[in-house]
Amino acid sequence: MIENVDLTMVNWARALFALTAMYHWIFVPLTLGLSWLCAFYETIYVKTGNEEWKRLAKFWMKLFGINFAIGVATGIILEFEFGTNWSNYSWMVGDIFGAPLAIEGIIAFFLEATFFAVMFFGWERVSKGFHLFSTWMVAVGSNLSALWILVANGWMQYPVGQAFNPDSARFEMQNIMEVILSPVAISKFTHATSSSMLLSSLFVISVASWFLLKKRYIRMATRSIVVAAVFGLLSSGLTALTGDEHAYSNARYQPMKLAAFEGLYDGERGADLVAFGILNHAKQPGDNLDPFAFAVKVPIPGMLSLLANRSAGTFVPGINDLVYGNAAENIMGAAQKIERGRVAVEQLALYKQARKNRNGQDAAAALAAFNDHREYLGYGYLDKPEEAVPPVGLTFYSFHIMVILGGLFPLVCLAFLYFAYTNTLAAKHWLLGLGTTMFFLAFVASQAGWTVAEIGRQPWAIQGLLPVTVARSNLTAGTVMATFIMFLILFTTLLLAEIKIMLKQISIGPEEDSK
Amino acid sequence: MIGSLDLTTLQQLWWLLCSVVGSLFLFLTFIQGGQSLLWQVAKTDTEKAMVINSLGRKWELTFTTLVLFGGALFAAFPKFYATSFGGAYWVWILILLTFVLQAVSFEYRSKPANLLGARTFELFLFINGSVGILLLGAAVGTFFSGSNFVLSEYNLVTWTNPLRGLEAAFSLFNLSLGLFLVFNARTLGAMYLVNNLHFAGQPELEERLRKAVMTSFICSLPFLLYVLVGLVLMQGFGVDEQGVVSIVARKYLTNLLALPWIPGLLLAGLALVILAVLRTARSTATGGIWFGGLGTVLVGLAIFFTAGYNNTPFYPSKADLQSSLSIYNASSSHYTLTAMTYVALTIPFVLAYIFYVWRAMDSRKLTSEEATRYGSY
Repeated sequence: MIENVDLTMVNWARALFALTAMYHWIFVPLTLGLSWLCAFYETIYVKTGNEEWKRLAKFWMKLFGINFAIGVATGIILEFEFGTNWSNYSWMVGDIFGAPLAIEGIIAFFLEATFFAVMFFGWERVSKGFHLFSTWMVAVGSNLSALWILVANGWMQYPVGQAFNPDSARFEMQNIMEVILSPVAISKFTHATSSSMLLSSLFVISVASWFLLKKRYIRMATRSIVVAAVFGLLSSGLTALTGDEHAYSNARYQPMKLAAFEGLYDGERGADLVAFGILNHAKQPGDNLDPFAFAVKVPIPGMLSLLANRSAGTFVPGINDLVYGNAAENIMGAAQKIERGRVAVEQLALYKQARKNRNGQDAAAALAAFNDHREYLGYGYLDKPEEAVPPVGLTFYSFHIMVILGGLFPLVCLAFLYFAYTNTLAAKHWLLGLGTTMFFLAFVASQAGWTVAEIGRQPWAIQGLLPVTVARSNLTAGTVMATFIMFLILFTTLLLAEIKIMLKQISIGPEEDSK
Repeated sequence: MIGSLDLTTLQQLWWLLCSVVGSLFLFLTFIQGGQSLLWQVAKTDTEKAMVINSLGRKWELTFTTLVLFGGALFAAFPKFYATSFGGAYWVWILILLTFVLQAVSFEYRSKPANLLGARTFELFLFINGSVGILLLGAAVGTFFSGSNFVLSEYNLVTWTNPLRGLEAAFSLFNLSLGLFLVFNARTLGAMYLVNNLHFAGQPELEERLRKAVMTSFICSLPFLLYVLVGLVLMQGFGVDEQGVVSIVARKYLTNLLALPWIPGLLLAGLALVILAVLRTARSTATGGIWFGGLGTVLVGLAIFFTAGYNNTPFYPSKADLQSSLSIYNASSSHYTLTAMTYVALTIPFVLAYIFYVWRAMDSRKLTSEEATRYGSY
């Protein structure tokens, strides 16, 4: 099926997808979380009738709108890139993967698009109650679209509810409920949305801290902070819980990803958790080098086993176990899977040939042999077992940056709440200064999270079934590189415009009378 | 009941659903039409603000419908999605680029410190309204004129023209369809603005818009004529019961005669558009967009039905006839089409709330005061 794979092209296509996804994810988390905050602020306005809350809601909505537009712009590219740059993927799993994207369109996008206009331009055109309803619908719609896209992404990480059809040579859906209710899809959705709520709370805290430092809109800023800090604290807790769930499902369904983000080469029972470390960059799978140049371990023995398997004494497989196998722990390595996968690839070709020649007996024999090895089909396309290992450094560092920052955020929220409660917030310049940097750190954590999720599952487009080298389109490296440069320039220009507009609107503040 | 539909029925049903979404998109291109008219009909800043704000409250519906059109084709006909997007690469990438430009332009155009200046964002809107729709039309034209691809045994697509899809725009037929859609969008755009704006204090804007309805329509006519005559005379692609594709003389004429309700839709649609144009250009009527919109939907349905029904491969390959895609060989599995049909039952609810919100928001026309107020686009 794949002859002469142009790896340069595949890598440019990966870079293009990473570029689009990372730009998209600059804007999306803010949309997901800020929409709820806008709804809270407006609800308080409707409940109290206090016009100041309305002004406050409108201010945050304005920032929401600036951000929303560019999120939409990057999103359309992402959806169609599956077709343009991963066309074989689109064919091979379109029967399953297309459905959540179409459902997203029908159920979520129209909700956002329709009520967005009411939220911005309906203040005097619809009743107060209907306006509030619309603001809530924008939040619901945005988060529903996250649900469906994360169902799609979750399926790529843990492909349930499907079977390979040798006649059409593609994967076909067997059970849509399994796809939707997949544990990975659920933990992806809850983790992505709760962390986005946290990020948006920190965004509000950053902007409002800046106002307090400048001694402008003190009451509005303090009010914004109180709501955002409470929201941030709650979503921190949710983010931690869902993150734990994530690690647990990684251990079940993507143990290689878990091994990579922990830098664990040799699996062990009662494995310890690395709090932070510097990797030894000469380390390769199968050699005897120490994976770490320097490492600090969490002082609780068996912590990694506890997180991964919820039981301190259990075995957590390392990269070497997953590549070369570990008979004692009953783990089949990539090396063995590749052998079986190659049989599957070979028998599939024989089956197709026999069908073409209308040779029923040969076809039946090939099909039977294929069926014995079908679950390793994807491995048949790997050249060597070490290819099953993702880039360990990027995965490891991203994971640890995300976790460390994730531990810092609730403390910041607590500090803001405490000083707001004691009414001394405006005087705590050190905290406000720290607060202004929070949104940047939140973006770093959020992007790092996606880096773990997506780099950590390489080389797979569909975990275990379809490597990126097979998922590709038939394009030249030059074509994809040209597209990459085009989008890089375009997205960067638009991002700069967005940041300039955003900063200007923040410095203008929630005033209504001047444009 | 849905669970007992056979595969063929589901394939036909999903071609119908995709056709409906595609045709609704053609109606909603009144946004793009309005964008390309901006500099022509709006001379002062106030007039510009009125046009931009009127379009800016609806553009996302059009955008979302396009995304849904893509998503529905992906879910129902994944082989088409893979073949066309991965094959006709550059035409799709360019179309998408124009929509990226559109998505930020309404929001950023009038905001201070927007880096590029209001005129650049207006240019972006113009590009989306002209080049974007032209290329989309050319891409739809290949449903009839054919493309240049070969599918391998495993359905990997190889495109045989180095322009990777852009060659579509160099066929007179495709180009005419594209230009017809551009001018039809402008006709609709002008009618929408006539309907949506309150012209107190801006009589010249109304005059220019009503004039633009007529001139845009007249400009669209030669291209429409070329497309219709071409469609009737051209050789097409047919697929027999064994799935073998061949060139068939006057295939699309055959389709129109075999399914006479299709020319019925086409003629009714054109009549509605003409009626809308005449009423809007020659009287003070404001309802033209509804007749013109419905007319455009009917014309769109006729185009998509002719392309996909009556044993016609809707995405034919000139380079290798047997690689051509029909609704029968490009579709998802029986299971997926059934599941998606249940999902499609929500569409009437979606249409209902869009209709309700549209009415609630447009019960009063947009005034120049509201369009220039703080916080508007």
